[in-house]
Formats: sequence, C-alpha cells, structure tokens
Amino acid sequence: MYDAIIIGAGVSGCAVARELSRYEMKVAVLERASDVCEGTSKANSGIVHAGYDAEPGSKKAFLNIQGSRRMEALSEELDFPYKRNGSLVLCFEESDREKLQELLERGRKNGVEELRILEREELTKLEPNISEEAVAALYAPTGGIVCPFGLTVALAENACVNGVEFHLDTEVQSVEKMEKGYRVESSKGVFESKAVVNAAGVYADAFHNMVSAKKLQITPRKGEYCLFDKTLGDYVSCTVFQLPTKYGKGVLVTPTVHGNLLVGPTAEDIADKEGVNTTGDGLEDVLKRGGYSVQKIFAGKVITSFAGLRAHEAGDDFVIGEPEDAEGFIDVAGIESPGLTCAPAIGEYVAELVRKRIPAAKKTDFIAKRKGIPSVALADEAQRREFIRKNPAYANVICRCELVTEGEIMDAIHRPVGATTLDGVKRRTRAGMGRCQAGFCAPKTVEILARELGKDMAQIRKNAGESTFFAGYSKEG
Amino acid sequence: MNKSVEILVVGGGPAGLAAAAAAKEAGVKAEDILIVERDRELGGILNQCIHNGFGLHTFKEELTGPEYAQRYAEKVQAAHIPYLLQTIVVDIRTGDGKDKGVCGTKYVTAMNKQEGIFTVEAGAVVLAMGCRERSRGALNIPGYRPAGIYSAGTAQRYVNIEGRMPGKEVVILGSGDIGLIMARRMTLEGAKVKLVAELMPYSGGLKRNIAQCLDDFGIPLKLSHTVVDIDGKERVKGVTVAQVDENRRPIAGTEEYISCDTLLLSCGLIPENELSAGLGVELNPVTAGPVVNESLETNVEGVFACGNVLHVHDLVDYVSEEAESAGRNAAEYALRRKPETGQGQQRAEKESAEICDMADAGRSAEAKIQDGLAVDGDEAPNSAAKQGSGIAVKTGRGVRYTVPSVLRPQYMQEEQVIRFRVGEVCREVELVVYFDGAPVMRMKKRIMVPAEMEQVKLKKENIEKHPGLKEIQIAVEQA
Repeated sequence: MYDAIIIGAGVSGCAVARELSRYEMKVAVLERASDVCEGTSKANSGIVHAGYDAEPGSKKAFLNIQGSRRMEALSEELDFPYKRNGSLVLCFEESDREKLQELLERGRKNGVEELRILEREELTKLEPNISEEAVAALYAPTGGIVCPFGLTVALAENACVNGVEFHLDTEVQSVEKMEKGYRVESSKGVFESKAVVNAAGVYADAFHNMVSAKKLQITPRKGEYCLFDKTLGDYVSCTVFQLPTKYGKGVLVTPTVHGNLLVGPTAEDIADKEGVNTTGDGLEDVLKRGGYSVQKIFAGKVITSFAGLRAHEAGDDFVIGEPEDAEGFIDVAGIESPGLTCAPAIGEYVAELVRKRIPAAKKTDFIAKRKGIPSVALADEAQRREFIRKNPAYANVICRCELVTEGEIMDAIHRPVGATTLDGVKRRTRAGMGRCQAGFCAPKTVEILARELGKDMAQIRKNAGESTFFAGYSKEG
Repeated sequence: MNKSVEILVVGGGPAGLAAAAAAKEAGVKAEDILIVERDRELGGILNQCIHNGFGLHTFKEELTGPEYAQRYAEKVQAAHIPYLLQTIVVDIRTGDGKDKGVCGTKYVTAMNKQEGIFTVEAGAVVLAMGCRERSRGALNIPGYRPAGIYSAGTAQRYVNIEGRMPGKEVVILGSGDIGLIMARRMTLEGAKVKLVAELMPYSGGLKRNIAQCLDDFGIPLKLSHTVVDIDGKERVKGVTVAQVDENRRPIAGTEEYISCDTLLLSCGLIPENELSAGLGVELNPVTAGPVVNESLETNVEGVFACGNVLHVHDLVDYVSEEAESAGRNAAEYALRRKPETGQGQQRAEKESAEICDMADAGRSAEAKIQDGLAVDGDEAPNSAAKQGSGIAVKTGRGVRYTVPSVLRPQYMQEEQVIRFRVGEVCREVELVVYFDGAPVMRMKKRIMVPAEMEQVKLKKENIEKHPGLKEIQIAVEQA
C-alpha cells in the first residue's frame, strides 16, 4: 500500500512528488509517457509570471505570487536555468491606458512588487526593438523566465533521490475508491494507495470523474509557438506581453533562458486531448500577432514550431483539493497559465493537503540540493578543462549547434529518472535543440542511447509509444 | 602535435583536404599545416555518398563519393600533412596585439577526447566546415512532430553508414540532389517512394539526377507542391500535399493525403558559419557564406573560405578546384607573413598593424549577425570598402550572387573564375559582363537553372586594360 500515488509526471506532479519526498511516505508517480515533462509542461512559454494577471483572491493569484517568489531560491537549490528578466505589457492605444492602469492595480492587490507604468521614451530605452505603435507599458521587474524541462526534470530527480518511485510508460486506466484508499489500475499493474494526487493535465477530468459525482470538465486549449534562432536571443530583453486589443488576446515575445526568441501562443479550444499538432493558420497567426509587439519578425529565423495544450477548466481557476465526495483524492486540475510559475507553491500546498490525510514525520536524511548536468556550452575554459579531466567524453562534441558533448548525454542517461529517448536527451542536455534540429546529432545520440542502455538502435524511441526510428536493416528489401 | 602552424584548415571534407594539399604544393611545409576534422575519418559528407558520378571533371572518370574523398585523403596522407580526427573547433579569434595575443595571429581552440581542450596558433585559417540541411522546423511545416521525419542527408547516413532503413513508405519534400539520390537509394533498398514534392516550379537538383533517380524508377515529381500537414502522433502515418500558387501559398482544395511512414526533407543547404561569425567574418545573406575577394579571403585578413561553407555547390569537382585556390592563396599569405628575415619581420609587423586596424570592421559584421539583422532576403552587402581598394563584382539582373565579390588585380591569377547562380530558370539568354556599365563579354546560353552553379572566367590582362575599373557586373539578359 502506497501512501500516495501521483498521476502525471508533469511539473505539478513532480513538484508534489518532491515536496512529499521530504516525509516518511511511500510515494509513486505514474506517467503514461516515456519520460517526465511530456505533456503541457514541455510546450508552454517558459514564463515565471509576476502575478498581475490573476483575479485577486483566486488560487491562481495566491499561488502565482508564492511561486514567483520561490522560483529563484529553488533554481539555486535544484540547479535549473532561471532568469529574472522582467516583463512588459504593451499598450497600443491611448484609449487603452485605463486597462493598463487596471492591470497595475490588480497586480498591486495581488502583491506584485515594483510594478510601474513606463512611458514610450523609457520603454524604448529598455527595449529598442519594441513596436513603434506601443504608447506605454506596464513593467514588472519581478517577471522571469525558466526552462520548463529543467525545472520539471530537477524536481523529478530530486524526488527520486529522496525515495519517490517513478513508473514511466505506465498509463492509469482506472481509479476506484476502496474502503480505505484507492485502487489504481494501470497498463503496468495495480497500485493501491491511501491517497491519490490527480495531476493528469488535460486528462485530470477523466480521473476526477471516476471517483466524484461532482463532474469536472477540462478543455484542451491549444497554443502554437514559433521558436527563433539564437541570433535573435537578445532582440528583446524582457518578456513582452500585449494588452488584449480589438485583434483579440495577444501573444508574447520573449527571450528564453537558453537565448532563443520565442513567440506565441495562440489560444484555441479543441476537442482532441492529443491534438498537439501545429497548423498553417496558427503559425501564421503567431508571426502576425508577434509582429505587433516588435519592429520586425524575422520569419526566416524560425528554427522550430510546436503546440501545447493548456488544461482549461470552465471556472477559470485552478481546481486544487479534495472533491467533497472523495476523501484522500486530491485534484491538481485546470493547471493552465500561470501553472509553471505556480509549481513550487502548488507542490507545497498539495503536500500539505496530503499530509492532513496521511500524517508522516519529516525525513532526517532529506537531500534538498541537486546538481544539474554540467554544461560545456555554458562553462568557461577552466571549467571545461575540469569536466574533461574528470571524463574525457566531455571533450567529444555530439551536438555542434548547442555544443553538447558525449559526457553530458551519458550523464543525462544515467541520472535518476534518466533519459531513455532522443527527446529525453534533448530536453536534459539541449542536444538537437539548435538550428539544425538534430540533423547531425540524432544518429550519434541514438547510438549513445543504445550503447548506454544496452539496447539495439532500433529499440530507441523519439519519445512515446511506437516512435522508433528504423524499419529494419538496409539490404533486407 | 604542433601547437603553432602556418595554416590551419577547419574541416577534413573535400574542401579542407584539397586546400591542405594545395597549400603544401605551394611551398608550406607539411608539418606547418594542420587539418581539424570532427568526424571519425577524413572525407566529410562524401563518405555517405556511395553513389557514383563524382570526379567527372577532375579525374575524367566516374567515382563514388568515398572513392573521390579517398583520392584527396591519400594525397594528404602521402604529403604527410598532419590531421586530427573527432576533434571539433569551438572558437577562432584573432590576436589583438595587446593582452589577447599577437596581432594577426589566429588562435584556434579545439576539443577532443585525447587532448581535451587546446589552442593552436595559426598564421592563416582556411574555413572548410561545409553546410547543414534546412530542417523541418526552419521550413515551419505544420502538423504533428512524430518520429519518421528526416533530412535527406540524415537518412542517407542511416542507410549507408549505419545500415538501417529509416522507413518503408516514403514521401520526399524538396527535389534537391540529396533528396533525389535518396529516392533512388530507398527504392533500391526495397522502400516505396510515393512522391517527390517540390515547392518551386522547377527542380532544385541536377537534370541527370532527375533522370537517373526519379524517371528511371517511375517516381513521380510534383512541381509547385508542398507538404501542408504531417499526420501521426508517434510515427509518421501520412502527409498532406497541396499545390501552391505563384506566391508559393497552398491552394485550397488541392490537398491530397498520402499515407507513408517516412518524410524526407531535401529543401536546401545552409553553410555552417557559426565559427566564422564568431571570428567576425562578414557573411553574404544570399549565400549565408563569407564575403570573399579574388583570393577567397574573407574580410578578416588571413582567413580564407572554400567549399560549401562559402556557398553551396552542386558538384564536388568545383569544390576541389575552389579549395585548391584557397589553399594556394593561404599558403602565399602565410609565406608572405612569415618573419624569416629582418626585412620580413618588419613587413610582418607593418601588416599586423594593418590587420588590427581592420579588426573593427570584422567586429561590426559579427555584431550585425548577433543582432539578427543579416537575415534571408537582405540585400547583399557592398563589401568593396571593407576589402580595401578593389573592383566590386556586382550581381546584375537574374544573378543571385557572385563569388568572389571583390577583385584586387594585383593578387589575381592570369584567369579569375567568378562563380554564381541564377535566380530562376532562363532559356535562350545572354550572359553579359559589364565593366563600369559597358558590356565587355556576351555569351549565349540555351538554358540556365538555379540548381546548377555557373561560372565566367575573366582574364587578368583584360582587366589590366581598364585601369581605374571600379565595378564588374554580371547579368542575364534576353538574347
């Protein structure tokens, strides 16, 4: 009998796992994908929101401020990329100034610090490439950017080191209330647990509805993005949002923590919970709307595009807590924006809810710190020499666009909750994230994965299910 | 290994090998040359090009890619020119004459498993890093992102080097030469190639490849078509192909779903100039390669470029020819620079001072790239000023770019080759060379296509007959 089963290894599930790993509890995370961070957590803006957006008094507002305040310390503790780059909300019409003022006041009510309005002159000094149409902006110096993969993987690794089990490729099929606790049936067998944390993203409604009569509906809200080459990484320094205009809800233009430029997302409610395809219209829309914020969108510098699904709940707030009729079943549902920002706070908040049901003592040997994979690309020459001295594989460059070495890839594979897929390696090391998009390094990475995991190259997958690379050998046909 | 050389060649593919061999022949000692290659063996991408058709111009016989590469690798080995394998150059910079090294000397930092991280000082550098393929992401093709989408070159590596089949039912987007070659290769290996779709109204590959790789196997080629959607969540299940209008926009109602497990992309090659940009080499936005003068020297003195890193070639024979020229010029530069006598020393110092004066120009180019301003579609820069006094070679009507783009008559060979490409298919035209606006050469051409590199040869004596010549223009005109 487990103390807690967490369904879903996205950023929320992993944050809860990490917080629960502080206590003497038997905890398992069940994830249908082949890796952590495979759903909504992998395809979003990577923003640490300052907290002026959410309705005061909502869960979103409270957890946003808490998450935003904790992110920096957590990034040091768990060693993932985070940067406080500040955020701007652009106002394009004099007549919209009122809305800007409202946003400022809402932000102050929510407890966002240092908020102020920038007039055009100050705005262009801060962002020389900003659109000539922008008349003023709300400036939130506490806004930041984070690597969503880095954050999720760090939480998972640390949870694992502290005793949480991760069951990947394990799809939960049903959750059933027992006399005491829950029976969770999965593609890899049955798990029984005193408590269940439902962090299943766009599928959270399905599991909730298995145990509660008070039904929940999560709508997948698609967001498409374009990612630009690193030569544009400093085109803007802040994350640039737009006030909603007559053209609809705006898109953002932001640098990423890794120095790319990201533009998106669109917002479209769809029926298919697996509908992470991009569309011609969507991508065109992203480029067009992004162009409102800056002087020029360099369409020829797009290196990739992607779509993610936000888990939208009709009430427009996070659904966190026990349904009245399902004691010990804790929803972490409807975690759309600013969910990534909130993750550290959600982890703590939900862990407290679990502990109310399952009292447990604090571990005395909890390991709070985690060290990330050393990055050759970010290291100076002395550090590089040191990495190479410890392991010469750190001198063998596999991904030339992002300067990722064999040593880093081996490290990513052999870590707790390590990479087993090409995408897993990519998200942990950035191999294949550069401008050639894995054209050169994919064959080499697949070879290293096979070697290190003791498998044949034909068994190595891109990510989930049947996403293998080969249909046999040459000279067979 | 010698940590100080006269000439360092970045890349051991056909360009790098030919440049190194030519530098030796031009008088640089073998031990004063070093080739740095990132792969496991010399030869570059030719090692996976196991089809024949290489070397018709150079050797008057049909070789496979590995055979062609082998001839140059043997030349380098016979000349005892040192080379490093599985070694990657991570940075090149020029000494500033102050705290950051000897003025004009190039400091090349590289890494490998045996030696870790190390720096080699070089008098001259030959850039020969080749190119990469345009990815699905850069093409911004909508749809899912399953396994089974490969650039044609990656698929070629899987089939020819790893012995693995990327799939059984294939659609190819783009009719670049690698795509055409892979259409045949996959067919010979038992796969069904259902279609080659080409966005443009003409093929991006050589005529002979269309005939030998598609027509001979009954593989359909649809011009003015593109992939508008990719289906399949784990592995590719199919693609939707649609016709495009004259602005290359998909035409609604022309969509056709084709089931397949593999999509290969052969949609253009991009010179890999990240190292060059870091060094301050000015790039031409049209070619994405360095702007060079008659010596194939970039705006950073003593840094030369050749092969696909300079501009994408369709025939390796021309790569070799161009690289030999770059190698010879690098050798001349290195020998001129080498301070062997007191007089030489003085001259070297004087030239070094000039190099450092020029360094600012280089940095501004780097800044431009960093700012992301050097993007596709920008005008080709007028670099005559930065190259010092010289004759600007300009593109006229119908011509997309020229290599080189500046000529300094005093450094010209007796015959100067100007390579270029046309922007679209042109029939029954005249290729016209203008000297300061006056036509000096006219050549009738039955057909010129963007897929095939063209060249004109200018005689030094003709240029010397026009003292004060400022501009040469190459244009394609109706006959």
